[in-house]
Amino acid sequence: MGMLSAFANPHRFLALSKWLAPVFYLLGAGLIAWGLWQGLYVVPKDEVQGGDIMRVMFVHVPAAWLAMASYTAMASASFVWFIWRHELADIAAKAIAPLGAVWTALCLATGSIWGKPTWGTWWQWDDARMMSVLFLFFLFLGYMALRAAMDSRQKAARAGAILAMVGAINVPLIKFSVDLFTSLHQDSSVLTAEGPKMAAVYLWPLLMSGLGHSLLFGAMVMTLMRAEIWTRRAARQRARLLAGA
Amino acid sequence: MLSAENLGILRGERVLFEGVSLEVRRGDAVLLRGANGAGKTTLLRILAGLTRTDSGHVTRGAAHHWIGHREGLKPHETPRAHLALWAKAWGAEADTNTILGDMGLSRPADVAARYLSAGQRRRTALARLMLDIRPVWLLDEPFTALDAEGRERVLAMVHKHRQNGGAVVAAVHGDSGFVASQEMVL
Amino acid sequence: MSPAPILSAFRQALGEAWAGGAGALLPLGFFAGAAVLVPLGIGTEPGMLRAVGPGILWVALALSSLVTLERIFQADVEDGALDLWLQAGAPVSAIAAAKTFAHWLTAGLPLALMSPVLALMFQADADVNLLSGALAYGLGGLAFFFWGGVGAALSATVRRGGLLIALIALPLYVPTAIFGSMAVSGAAGTTAAPLLLAASTLFALAVAPFAMAAALRLAAD
Repeated sequence: MGMLSAFANPHRFLALSKWLAPVFYLLGAGLIAWGLWQGLYVVPKDEVQGGDIMRVMFVHVPAAWLAMASYTAMASASFVWFIWRHELADIAAKAIAPLGAVWTALCLATGSIWGKPTWGTWWQWDDARMMSVLFLFFLFLGYMALRAAMDSRQKAARAGAILAMVGAINVPLIKFSVDLFTSLHQDSSVLTAEGPKMAAVYLWPLLMSGLGHSLLFGAMVMTLMRAEIWTRRAARQRARLLAGA
Repeated sequence: MLSAENLGILRGERVLFEGVSLEVRRGDAVLLRGANGAGKTTLLRILAGLTRTDSGHVTRGAAHHWIGHREGLKPHETPRAHLALWAKAWGAEADTNTILGDMGLSRPADVAARYLSAGQRRRTALARLMLDIRPVWLLDEPFTALDAEGRERVLAMVHKHRQNGGAVVAAVHGDSGFVASQEMVL
Repeated sequence: MSPAPILSAFRQALGEAWAGGAGALLPLGFFAGAAVLVPLGIGTEPGMLRAVGPGILWVALALSSLVTLERIFQADVEDGALDLWLQAGAPVSAIAAAKTFAHWLTAGLPLALMSPVLALMFQADADVNLLSGALAYGLGGLAFFFWGGVGAALSATVRRGGLLIALIALPLYVPTAIFGSMAVSGAAGTTAAPLLLAASTLFALAVAPFAMAAALRLAAD
């Protein structure tokens, strides 16, 4: 029964994530809450960065970090699946995509909210980071749309992996071209979002928020992966029952 | 010439078939049987290397011809242009005029495929078998849309091919007069 | 390995492109139509048209590449030609590249050749820049066709795949659109842009065929 290997059940992942996901949820929520409390009530505001609005940084910077990290993770999982065909890697890539898109959208939204008072515009075309994150968002959308259009999970996995890898090798080029594009328009007196140097008083709340968002992200990925594993098991059971009937 | 061991395939979570093994030798005519959706086409596509098998493996000891249920004809191509194109692609030197005549395609030889009948398109696809001598023929529903005379012609081609030491694997629906040396039910 | 199957794939794609509706006239009409709509929408002030002209042409070029590409592999899946090409004994990446190149020849190159006329309509000066611009549109179009080809191959089995191709290809078009606009605008600080455009097109030519090959094998599966 060589076919059994294709059915290999990720037992260890289920056992591990069963207790790890709740731990991540609790730790993540705690850290995010602490970071927000620090950011909103404790740290002083920075007038150069727009006054109180700069406090959105404690959501914006973690979201920006996760936007990049999640695409990297999705592309890595796709690569692992493409080379070794380990089903769990595909399940991970599939789970990361919608969450990555959400955090990327969060990054864009908070960046825009921050940009209005500081730059005087909701959307700053000359900001290389905003533009790069926007294209990352499109990469996520394309990935999800392509997977959804395929008629079996095996084909969705293959198509998704090809696209994620093509996207990943293009990201540096996209980043470079966008940087070059925006560097030509520097005369429009753009304020840099982080300022010349991060004040030490912001560092810890920011780091803890970043860690909290990452843990929450990880926990949600695990939840989606567990749901996907059980969905596939149920579909398998159903197929077996139908075949037996 | 062609052997397959322990093939199995999943469609979604459904096992289409598994544990399928097949050995094709010189002069063989293997007939694949099974209800609609049993996986005849999929098995042929695995043998041709078009579809990936989820288990087992295929060993190909000889070149093959592929006639799928979609002809591979472009709407703007005429039967003559189609054969000329593939003769060139394969480096075959057969005389396309003779083949067109043999297949009963002399009259519509210069008509674009979009104006041909289903049977004429089928004959054009089958004519590719004559372009190039290849030991293994993989045929998916070769008789579809053919009239009685066309069927006879294809049966004669298969007969001659086997006499010359070739082998055929075909998925055939219903009674067609196809004489098999080996039947495989999926 | 003989190059014969690759040449045959190229010839068949050329024939298909010419037969598939008025040859190069259709994409040309689309290109011109999309570009000509813009002044109607934003006004006819010459200074503004001169400023936006190159960008409009890049957008129109990207759009017409997407429209052309929708069918190139989908048709092969539907009529069974893909099965034959996958078994033709040549690397699938080379077949895919030959087909994509053929479609660029019939739909991309004519657009580049017509770009000086449209540039003049957008108030560009009649000088040698029109020719270097045409070269840039040609090179950039080639990159558009190859990245778009990846999207087309990935969505070859998808009904209404055109929308999907656009979504997939859009982020991949970004470097070409940026380098290309810079190369054509000739503004200060853009002297390297033509080289960057050429380099990113070479990158597309080197990478996209392998992605197309993997996607086409999937489409046939």
